[in-house]
Amino acid sequence: MTDAAYSSWGRLPGHEGPARVLRPAQRADARPEARDVSWLAYGCGRSYGDVPRNDGGGLIDTAALDRFIAFDAGTGVIECEPGVQLGDILRLGVPAGWFLPVTPGTQFVTIAGALANDVHGKNHHVAGTFGAHVAAFDLWRSDVGEIHCRADNAHRDLFAATIGGLGLTGLITRVQLRLKRIPGPFMDVETIRFETLADFFALSANSADSHEYTVAWVDCSARGNRLGRGWFMRANHLSGLAQPRQRPRGPGPSVFATPPFSLVNRATLGPLNSLYFHRRARRRDRAASHYQPYFYPLDAVRHWNRVYGPRGFYQYQCVVPPGDAPAVIAELLERIAAAGQGSFLSVLKIFGDIPSPGLLSFPRPGATLALDFPNRGAETTQLLDALDSVVRAADGAVYPAKDARMAPEAFRQFFPRWPQFADQIDPAFSSTFWRRIAGEHA
Amino acid sequence: MSNIVIIGATSAIAERAARRFAERGDALYLVARRADKLAPIAEDLKVRGASQAGTHTMDADDLDAHGAMLDAAVDALGVIDQVLVAYGTLPDQQACEADPASAVAAWHTNAVSPIALVTAIANRLEAQGHGLIAVIGSVAGDRGRASNYVYGSAKAGLAAFLDGLRHRLADTDIDILTIKPGLVDTPMTAEIDKGPLFADAERVGRDIVTAMDKRRAEIYTPGFWRLIMAIIRMVPRPVFHRTKL
Repeated sequence: MTDAAYSSWGRLPGHEGPARVLRPAQRADARPEARDVSWLAYGCGRSYGDVPRNDGGGLIDTAALDRFIAFDAGTGVIECEPGVQLGDILRLGVPAGWFLPVTPGTQFVTIAGALANDVHGKNHHVAGTFGAHVAAFDLWRSDVGEIHCRADNAHRDLFAATIGGLGLTGLITRVQLRLKRIPGPFMDVETIRFETLADFFALSANSADSHEYTVAWVDCSARGNRLGRGWFMRANHLSGLAQPRQRPRGPGPSVFATPPFSLVNRATLGPLNSLYFHRRARRRDRAASHYQPYFYPLDAVRHWNRVYGPRGFYQYQCVVPPGDAPAVIAELLERIAAAGQGSFLSVLKIFGDIPSPGLLSFPRPGATLALDFPNRGAETTQLLDALDSVVRAADGAVYPAKDARMAPEAFRQFFPRWPQFADQIDPAFSSTFWRRIAGEHA
Repeated sequence: MSNIVIIGATSAIAERAARRFAERGDALYLVARRADKLAPIAEDLKVRGASQAGTHTMDADDLDAHGAMLDAAVDALGVIDQVLVAYGTLPDQQACEADPASAVAAWHTNAVSPIALVTAIANRLEAQGHGLIAVIGSVAGDRGRASNYVYGSAKAGLAAFLDGLRHRLADTDIDILTIKPGLVDTPMTAEIDKGPLFADAERVGRDIVTAMDKRRAEIYTPGFWRLIMAIIRMVPRPVFHRTKL
């Protein structure tokens, strides 16, 4: 079974797809002229829900706009076209001692996609979001043509609207990003088992100053006195003198076909999580790891999203403010475990307080929980709606890049600056997500 | 490190090959018809590590322009170690059937021009005593088929020319590589519905660089096209005429 072209990573079925696709070969040609349909840029399709889709409209496929424009190996400032993938930047930067200032869990995303979703990584507590490291970008608008946006120039409003702006403010045609210095390609990674959520919060607090990268895997099937157990992973870039000689692995296996049902299901969920929790005997481990398996373990399995079968999956990521976070995260985990849903890819992390630059940026201070849910229809969406209610009551937020179903009222509560954002949308641009969320305002 | 001239450098396949050359620090000289398309590619290749990436605009159909281009390439690189000839057009078969001038124009771009150019390059390489010329042909040249025999016949003529040139230079240190891509998903094939046989330009570019490194004489890329075309060549004519290929 092959995947439909221009789908999204969650592979939820039942979408008509784009009516038209432009595939510009040159950034100067990336100018959607037609006005009888709306437009949206499409990069790698790694957003999970309907953010990258424009059903019945037009997509601008930026795959061929993947050229570098400049790289200053002295200052680490890189300038490139929108379709350049984060992995390409690493391949160029790492040998010269430069790394992405912020990276999500996959390198198969475009730089413009990372900007437009204002993605975050395991170093949010010290580095903020991806957008915080974007020095400038060019934006093509259907109304005013190409403009140069910076945080401090005349287009600062569009700068703030485009970072995290889900591709709705026009077509990003060039990005200037500040990379960060690293001593080498290896990481010093410590893995610590924790039995309770309280231990997770304590480990996070203790590691925030000592470790640049922190994240936890949590067993979302555990209940009662096992609720909130998992593995805490903290890391720093390994100093230049300690670089091991091992080489990273080559390309790994691929899930070459979609199984007829989700391999993650009621029968396998508990055992998968327990196996992962008990995967090593030592409660604490420290080892050097190449940056590839450390940051991008899932990139080693191509098309891993197919394990959820033909009905696809939802991903859910929320953030809740720091004060009540332990209680709210416990309630969310309890509801998920009680419903017998979820997966084994459950991630918990404490966001820091560095402000996100975008009007619609998701990261804000607090605890963030992210998990996959195999699509079981109404049973799944009802659970996710219930999680939304908990997040709303706690004054948290849900991440649009991963969403395919949150209610418009929920979105407006999570992103109170959406009216200012809506003013900055390009009149010729739209998306399936935005029409769902904004309704008559779209 | 090699000095490499790429003619038709704005083609998607050539650009992918050029990125591999750039990553190992080769010196490149890029030739294409449109300066505005060439400039961002040269910029990119320099960032990726090319020790140089000079550019030259030339319409390959203008045979008189070939000599000046080669002089400029020698000025820029000193010695030319390798040449990749990557230009071509996919003509509208129906137009070629209706209008002899269209058929001749397709032949001019896909056969006459590269034959003229490769002749000039081969003589220069022969004078310097070493070198490699890689030329992008097509699986379409392996048997004339109703759907694109004008393009296919031009590529067939080019392939036979390269065979003969390789024969002529067999006892020299000059290698000739004929590259036969199958269906490739590039702007040249934008109008065609893509099936499972389509390969991406990245894959084809990688195969070309590997074949150049190994000094191969002829490659199909992806490799399964060698088998497909062997079968297509063997199909008896009465059976062949009942197909729509």
